[in-house]
Amino acid sequence: MNTRDEASPPVGYSDKVIDHFENPRNAGSFDRQDEHVGTGMVGAPAYGDVMKLQIRVNREGMIEDARFKTYGCGAAIACCSVLTEWVKGKTLDQAAAFRNTQLAEELKLPPVKMHCSLLAEDALRAAIADYRKKHGMSPPSGQEHTVQPAA
Amino acid sequence: MKLPIYLDYSATTPVDPRVAQKMLTYLTEQFGNPASRSHAYGWAAERAVEEARGHVAALLNADPREIIWTSGATEGNNLALKGAAHFYRTKGKHIVTVKTEHKAVLDTVRELQRQGFEATYLDPAQNGFIDLEKFRAALRPDTILASVMMVNNEIGVIQPIAEIGELCRSKGIIFHCDAVQAAGKMEIDLQKLKVDLMTVTAHKLYGPKGIGALYIRRKPRVRIEPQIHGGGHERGLRSGTLATHQIAGMGEAFRIARLEMASDNERIRALRDRLWNGIRDIEELYLNGDMERRVPHNLNVSFNFVEGEALIMAIKDVAVSSGSACTSASLEPSYVLRALGRSDQLAHSSIRFTLGKYTTREEIDYTIGLVRREIGRLRELSPLWEMYQEGIDLNTVQWATP
Repeated sequence: MNTRDEASPPVGYSDKVIDHFENPRNAGSFDRQDEHVGTGMVGAPAYGDVMKLQIRVNREGMIEDARFKTYGCGAAIACCSVLTEWVKGKTLDQAAAFRNTQLAEELKLPPVKMHCSLLAEDALRAAIADYRKKHGMSPPSGQEHTVQPAA
Repeated sequence: MKLPIYLDYSATTPVDPRVAQKMLTYLTEQFGNPASRSHAYGWAAERAVEEARGHVAALLNADPREIIWTSGATEGNNLALKGAAHFYRTKGKHIVTVKTEHKAVLDTVRELQRQGFEATYLDPAQNGFIDLEKFRAALRPDTILASVMMVNNEIGVIQPIAEIGELCRSKGIIFHCDAVQAAGKMEIDLQKLKVDLMTVTAHKLYGPKGIGALYIRRKPRVRIEPQIHGGGHERGLRSGTLATHQIAGMGEAFRIARLEMASDNERIRALRDRLWNGIRDIEELYLNGDMERRVPHNLNVSFNFVEGEALIMAIKDVAVSSGSACTSASLEPSYVLRALGRSDQLAHSSIRFTLGKYTTREEIDYTIGLVRREIGRLRELSPLWEMYQEGIDLNTVQWATP
């Protein structure tokens, strides 16, 4: 019989972060080559975070599904999990308007973990840019996006 | 089985109930000040202190007169290094130590550098050992002091203290050894080892926190300058009212260790090996530090392609130490593992399991299952693992930098 002492979550994570870390939504991969799929990969192993976020876009230009894989801390994993849920049903333009503060608020991220939400935003932008590039659409001007790794 | 399972005995240990019982006596009944020479309360306390001194000396095969009490290992290391450097400063100004020493040694040597001493920090080999020839080459005519730990706190490897001691003695260099992680885990014989100063502490071997001891050799005589001045306690080397209950506890812990460590360590080694055998076939797993010349209770491994903090979160049902400074904003991986040449990534994803005399087979089996399951889960989530599986060499990838 296992007993458990009352343990506080590490680094002051909210229950929502713990939930998405332990039960991540939409974890996995789509075929990178699929023409309906846009892939964004951001971060670097040396910095402790790498996020891969993928969107599947239907003929109407709506994101119908999303997947992610994350190498990173609990907050990084939770950010991607929440973002893949949010992005479903959004148009590309709606998705491109996403701001990281939404994640930070929803997950009650501690200040030292703000960068995780920023990186997740970058990953989504990179995925949108990849999809647009595949379909010959240039990204709306004034929108910075992170360069894809050359792998 | 109680969760989380405690596998962090190198951080600290629970106090043995026999030790706690002994301590209680000196809190509530025999509460006298050992420095009170004029009444029975003082005499009883002094007897307890001297009895404890005898037990600590016995575990190290030293003379009780060579043991002085400190508040713990940090003070012991400070007193040994500053005390010896200050006393022998007219002989020379050079100090030799190793990059994988505990911060209590490294930061103290840094402070001595600030005071005008010079220092050499040796790199260990990839398996954690210091090379005797490198050590010899680092010695200078003006080297007065060397400090090498007996057992590394992170990777548990045992340094060649006997050989280093011979070398230092032949050159008239004072040799300090931090034996905090060695006492109670392996035999220490100061009649054989040519160690001049040795630091030990109580709370790594089932004694209380806040009490330690410094061994100061009498033959040949080693001198140090005191760092705390006051009532002249401990032959003037460390003033301050002796904490009788702490000292009695440390004495009892060392007495028990001397009697029981051989059988305890044999059992602990079998459990440690069981843990290692239960996880060693996990792909892309790296053992940190040599496995042969290592204390019996330590296992330190890195899991490639999973991030350190996530790993600690995922295996929160076991209380272990990580090479990742996960609570700090700046990701600073273990300097010990970096000194061994491990990449930042592998240093971050390292876990130190340290077992103790209360560890059970059931706990080890639970840990094996948990680690296997969670490593598998985190790798399924890891884009790096996916790339590795696809045969992509991650070192050739041009990573987008933030």
